[in-house]
Amino acid sequence: MAMISVEGLSKTYRVANKQPGLVGTLRHALRRQTTDVAAVADVSFRIEPGEMVGFLGGNGAGKTTTLKMLSGLIHPSAGRVEVAGHTPQRRQAPFLRQITLVMGQKQQLLWDLPPRDSLRLNAAVYGIDDREAERRIGELAAMLELGDELNRPVRKLSLGERMKAELLAALLHRPAVLFLDEPTLGLDVNAQARVRQFLAEYNQRFGATVLLTSHYMADITALCPRVLLIHQGRLFYDGSLAALSARLAPCREVRLELTTILPASSLERFGTIEALEGRTVRLLIRRDQLTARVGELLAALPVADLEVRDPPIDELIGTLLQQGVIG
Amino acid sequence: MGRYFRTLRRFWGMALASEVEYRFNLLIELVAVVANLASSLFVLSLFFGDGHRLGGWSWPAALVVLGVHQLLDGLTITLLQPNLTRIVSHVQEGTLDFVLLKPIDSQFWLSCRTISPWGLPPMLAGLAVIGWAAQRAGAPADPTTLVIAGLMLLCSAVILYSLWFLIAASSIWFVKIWNATEVLRTLLTAGRYPISAYPPGLRLLLTVVLPIAFLTSVPAEAILGRATASWLVASGALALMCLLISRWFWRFALRSYTSASS
Repeated sequence: MAMISVEGLSKTYRVANKQPGLVGTLRHALRRQTTDVAAVADVSFRIEPGEMVGFLGGNGAGKTTTLKMLSGLIHPSAGRVEVAGHTPQRRQAPFLRQITLVMGQKQQLLWDLPPRDSLRLNAAVYGIDDREAERRIGELAAMLELGDELNRPVRKLSLGERMKAELLAALLHRPAVLFLDEPTLGLDVNAQARVRQFLAEYNQRFGATVLLTSHYMADITALCPRVLLIHQGRLFYDGSLAALSARLAPCREVRLELTTILPASSLERFGTIEALEGRTVRLLIRRDQLTARVGELLAALPVADLEVRDPPIDELIGTLLQQGVIG
Repeated sequence: MGRYFRTLRRFWGMALASEVEYRFNLLIELVAVVANLASSLFVLSLFFGDGHRLGGWSWPAALVVLGVHQLLDGLTITLLQPNLTRIVSHVQEGTLDFVLLKPIDSQFWLSCRTISPWGLPPMLAGLAVIGWAAQRAGAPADPTTLVIAGLMLLCSAVILYSLWFLIAASSIWFVKIWNATEVLRTLLTAGRYPISAYPPGLRLLLTVVLPIAFLTSVPAEAILGRATASWLVASGALALMCLLISRWFWRFALRSYTSASS
């Protein structure tokens, strides 16, 4: 039986159309005009117990809204959701004991007190007795390489240490389903790697089901054999990461700083133009043609600086959708 | 139930641990309590200066009302204000999500999360005034009166909590709600003096529309051993009703939050 099953899930928000300024405010107060905006539209998927699935999509694609519907914080406008055999939106205690939600930009630990206090509080809330709680804290702290940090006020911890403590607090009740929304947001490369390694280990040791969103492609490649790709609220891809990479990998982003401003027409032959702002150009070039094209453009164009990197996920997805490569 | 008690112990233990940092506050709070009480006593003594009675209440009997008001003000500082004004920031910062995902009643969490020891001095001062004044007014000190008085005080605390919670819960829609709780606190100062001291129109307003009479005057009557059965029943029924309304309203607010938030 699937751990998470989602069928035809939709969420529509009613948004007020208000013109800026005082006149706009007054007009809005007299006659409200609203539009319905679909944040998530007709999304369906199933996730089996123990799977680690990456949730990809740009800003505002509907990832967080979907995660919140799966954890029961938002009521769906339409469709059916079942997580661990429960309907999330009822938020019944047996369901809440089986899930956890970690949000990279929000924290549940108390700012002025050491994480250990918040952990003990969570133990009391979940009805875990003191000895068992201490045992679990010890086990998870060892996996996260947390030691004395648990006894220092949260405000004195680094961002990486704080995130690790947040994870500990979120996993103390041993949830079977983990919803992780940008768990590595803002962390440095080492801390990101540490968190990734922990999540992989946790998944192996406890067989937990994990649904993870991230802006960092590296998080997804390291952890998730399967990915869901969502764009403008619609599910565009559900399958193996390898297959998606085969479509995404051909492209790399070449960022150029030119000494003079050139028209788009003289740049097009080197690759797809992603952005052209003054003397800064960003081109998408197929990986198999990369060295040849970079050689050509260095010879042909007045280049002051050049950088090659993986394009940001959201732009890549947007471009690919426009080109009809996926979807 | 045991889980709730254990959670409550952790809540308050943590709150007191972070308050220890600010010991100087205690001194300031003590000065404020004494000054506040002294000014109320002064105003009240002006009414009674030449042997007048206020709305049929003698000087010591009116002092009992003042004591009850002081007790409730202490309760506000100890529990209501520190907890309920936080709902706004939970909504603003999105941390309400964490509360809603815990397998524990969210109204319990939001109402009991923290405790401020700085309300204890006004509560003790209130009890002292009540004790002294009740004795001077010749109130009976038999167990029945004490039990009834205790129950009436509990009812008034429940009514006050429910009013506060209703206002604080509406911050789900209107984020700037803090001013409204200040208005409530100001209105409650009307409860410093016996309700029958006010003109009939205002008396009706303070009894029926705003249950301020039930907050101070009715428990004071009970302390003085003059409460009638009908007032006791009315008080208990009102407290229960207010509490149920606050729970219903919170569920209603959450429905709106869960269907609108992003």
